[in-house]
Amino acid sequence: MDKVVSSAAEAVADVASGSTLAVGGFGLCGIPSVLIRALLDLGVDDLEVVSNNAGVDDWGLGLLLGAGRLRRVVASYVGENKEFARQYLAGELEVELTPQGTLAERMRAGGTGIPAFYTATGVGTQVAEGGLPWRYDSEGAVAVASPAKPTARFDTVDGEKEFVLERAIVADVGLVRAWKGDRHGNLVFRSAARNFNPLAAMCGRVTVAEVEHLVEPGELDPNEVHLPGVFVHRVLELAPDERDDKRIEKRTVRPAADAARTEGA
Amino acid sequence: MAWNRDQMAARAAAELSDGMYVNLGIGLPTLVPNFVDDDVELVLQSENGILGVGAYPVEGAEDPDLVNAGKETVTVRPGASFFDSALSFGMIRGGKIDAAILGAMQVSATGDLANWMIPGKMVKGMGGAMDLVHGAKKVIVLMEHVARDGSHKIVAECSLPYTGRGVVQRIITDLAVIDVTPDGLVLVELAPDVTEEQVRDATGAPLRTALTV
Repeated sequence: MDKVVSSAAEAVADVASGSTLAVGGFGLCGIPSVLIRALLDLGVDDLEVVSNNAGVDDWGLGLLLGAGRLRRVVASYVGENKEFARQYLAGELEVELTPQGTLAERMRAGGTGIPAFYTATGVGTQVAEGGLPWRYDSEGAVAVASPAKPTARFDTVDGEKEFVLERAIVADVGLVRAWKGDRHGNLVFRSAARNFNPLAAMCGRVTVAEVEHLVEPGELDPNEVHLPGVFVHRVLELAPDERDDKRIEKRTVRPAADAARTEGA
Repeated sequence: MAWNRDQMAARAAAELSDGMYVNLGIGLPTLVPNFVDDDVELVLQSENGILGVGAYPVEGAEDPDLVNAGKETVTVRPGASFFDSALSFGMIRGGKIDAAILGAMQVSATGDLANWMIPGKMVKGMGGAMDLVHGAKKVIVLMEHVARDGSHKIVAECSLPYTGRGVVQRIITDLAVIDVTPDGLVLVELAPDVTEEQVRDATGAPLRTALTV
């Protein structure tokens, strides 16, 4: 078994315009930046993207957005991107804002054969009751608002509570970034770069992983595999310059003099 | 005299005890760990997938793969763990996080919270706030008592879109500590030299007092 492809272009060659993509990463941390750029080069458009965030103006999904390739975005927070706001408010882009944990679970559910699930998150808000602005018209009025979702009451340890039904997400393509991967597609993620990556991989019908380090089967300790290769269909080994090309959104440091002191509780 | 930001954070820190798992919102709540006693060990959760968040890194040690929920570079403490976002919100939804401390635009007399959206302004998203307010065992709001324009933030009913209904248990402001109870808001503590009357004037909902004069 060998899922390794020879180039980023080959990895995404069959992605069609109009596809739905699930994309890993949180902010700019752990995003599949090389595969995103390959999609930009491929020229596909009319894409729906499921991702916690939408990049920044010149990096990550912001590149596809800036080129006008996105039709719809499902995300929990999109505040880091001026062009995003412009397209959204001008009615060029549809946006489904989804609570972060609900988004993660919708992706996990989609990848694991669960069509929908109940959660308390969003009950009593527009997430459950409808009315969130999905798309504006060119005049700035709401053209499409989110629909109301079914609710039900269930017994809990704290008594009966109301829950809202959330639908799973299955994407045509999953795009993820991993620290290490082998030829079977077994993946290991690094630190907080794991975030949405396993979930984006799970919910893709075809999932492509760009890996910072490609290893042979057997080199990864099976005890330490984060995502089994069954969820991954193609593996792209990154070149050293691609591997190291990572951005930091908010560089926060403390003075070296404080280094010995413990803080942060 | 009203509490300043550091004193507000210190008052919030007094809510936390040794061994608690805590999620802190961005802004003022991030100051809280600076005021926790040395013998209190907290495990800070960052909902992007970290338990055991530590201090900011020293200059030169920033790691793009290690950021908190505010996308700031951080470090981790001994005993930390990493996990994916589904597991992260699983522990939140599952009631495993002892306390969440977050900011607010409005809190109502019944504990409704509005902190994510102002109609007519660009909607950036709720992030993990809606999940946290339903999942954390205790939800504490840490905020200025009134808005910059002087309008009430503690209100009978929120006018802004909800983050969650009936989810806030305690409100800590620059003026006072107020609990949300089945019988409405109850004043439980005043900042030094702040009067009960001042707090009532600054509060847009009926307020009972648990203070003994």
